[in-house]
Amino acid sequence: MTTQIPPQTRQTQIKLDYQAAEYTSFMDRLKQWLFNGYASLFYLFLYAPIFVLVLYSFNKSRFPTYWTGFTLEWYKILFNDHLIGSALKNTLIVSISSTIIATIIGTMVSVGIERYRFRAKSAVDGLLFMPIIIPDIAMAIMLVVFYNLIHMDLGLYTIIISHIAFNISFVAIIVRARMASLSSTMEEAASDLYANEWNAFWRVTFPLLIPGILGGALFAFTLSLDDYVITNFTSGPGSTTLPIRIIGMTRRNITPEINALSTMMLLTAMLLVPLSLWLQRREDMS
Amino acid sequence: MAIEPRTRRERLTLNILLSPTLFWLIFFFAIPLVIILILSFLDNSPNGRIVWNIQLDNYIRFADQLYIKIFIRSFFIALITTIICLLIGYPMAYWMANQSLKKRNTFLLLIMLPFWTNFVIRTYAWKMLLARQGQINQLLIALKIIDEDNVHTFLNTNAAVIMGLIYIWVVAMVLACFASISGLDRSLLEAAQDLFANPARTFLRVTLPLTLPGIVSGSILVFVPSFGAFVTPDMLGGGKADMIGNLISQQFGESLDWPFGSAISAILMIVMLFGTLLYFRGLRSGEAQS
Repeated sequence: MTTQIPPQTRQTQIKLDYQAAEYTSFMDRLKQWLFNGYASLFYLFLYAPIFVLVLYSFNKSRFPTYWTGFTLEWYKILFNDHLIGSALKNTLIVSISSTIIATIIGTMVSVGIERYRFRAKSAVDGLLFMPIIIPDIAMAIMLVVFYNLIHMDLGLYTIIISHIAFNISFVAIIVRARMASLSSTMEEAASDLYANEWNAFWRVTFPLLIPGILGGALFAFTLSLDDYVITNFTSGPGSTTLPIRIIGMTRRNITPEINALSTMMLLTAMLLVPLSLWLQRREDMS
Repeated sequence: MAIEPRTRRERLTLNILLSPTLFWLIFFFAIPLVIILILSFLDNSPNGRIVWNIQLDNYIRFADQLYIKIFIRSFFIALITTIICLLIGYPMAYWMANQSLKKRNTFLLLIMLPFWTNFVIRTYAWKMLLARQGQINQLLIALKIIDEDNVHTFLNTNAAVIMGLIYIWVVAMVLACFASISGLDRSLLEAAQDLFANPARTFLRVTLPLTLPGIVSGSILVFVPSFGAFVTPDMLGGGKADMIGNLISQQFGESLDWPFGSAISAILMIVMLFGTLLYFRGLRSGEAQS
């Protein structure tokens, strides 16, 4: 029992590589070469606009078009811009609170739907699915009409409520996919062991669900940070968020300050996303 | 897998698990949706007040040539966006699925990174690139393709809107196609190669039909947000009522005609729901055949 058997997947991979080597002909290599070239072009298409955006945040000229020299001036202006500061604060309040609430209740509903059989299941399914396929402009106007009708003042609260309403569905999709991939035998074995459903859930099912919950939370957080349409309609005076601020800035006059702000936001996303994906994978392995 | 809640305790657990979501979605989704539908049958007075008078005028008004034109334009912009996304996204997904497992994760992450960054920023990047003095015109001048006196006007055209939509949504298409291509059974392809001996026919007869679910879900993921787009036509299309999303927003802004805006939203939602259902039905029958 001391010799280690290599994982099944690796064995098949080696076999496939071996076969691939055998059949490689000139045509195959040409095809490979063309495909690689195509993929490089595709990545260029994805990243070139972002690269230009970042580059021109260091442009001396006050227009982000003609390159006149290097400066950090726009970052200095950005960090002293109190409107940006308050927009950032609002964005974080909205994203964090709506993510936390949507993740908790979205996980609850996923566990309920996947675990139990009940009559209204397809109705609940439909209700959960609807916010995903309805265009955000339609959701935005129906919420603003509703808030008006019940005389709710527009502000941070109404933005948070609206964000939760669309985030629940996305959290539920991801958590339910994870839940469905877990085998019920695990929990059955656990309930034999702990004899208590509550303990079985918290000790066995919940830890296995964590990657799905984190994935759902990350998705909800990004959607919330990204949202312009619903936020714009449900926000009141003083509750401006970053996307609203950016669009407002592009309407008045375009300066490299927008590029500097964009660069900071890009940097945050580029650090946060790989980090959280890495965390999820670690959870997955343990 | 799922169990029937038998004991009182189990029923209580189920209720506790479901009720927060039900509360939220009924209050902040279902009821507002019904209100919009009712509102779409009401009347609007010239000063923007809603008059309780049930009629079909808002829907009849939409049949006007002006609005039908906007509807058709939105439809074609979304359709062209979806087709181009499929044409450029599918080969990319195919390429990724053929990489070794180790490399695949890196390439996937590289595809997803722009997707996770703010879409207002990504649209702004194109506003900058496509401007009259923008980098694309500068590049064209440098390459001597055009001369400085007659630079292209890219912004505020349908092409600019399509460009922006493709840039934002092509990633969704790649991911959806990738999911179904990477799930393909390799032995089937080998068997097909032995049978047809022609790679083109193998692709058309085997790979394409088997990856149809990915193509369908990718197309929905691109078409739905493109059809109802609001920010992209606003930033790249010049902010006029270019697409149906802008027309709706206008009714809640300058025009101040909520009932008419609600009626357009209702039409938009019905088209979306109908389209999605049709797609899923087609998908299911396609699966049944294969």
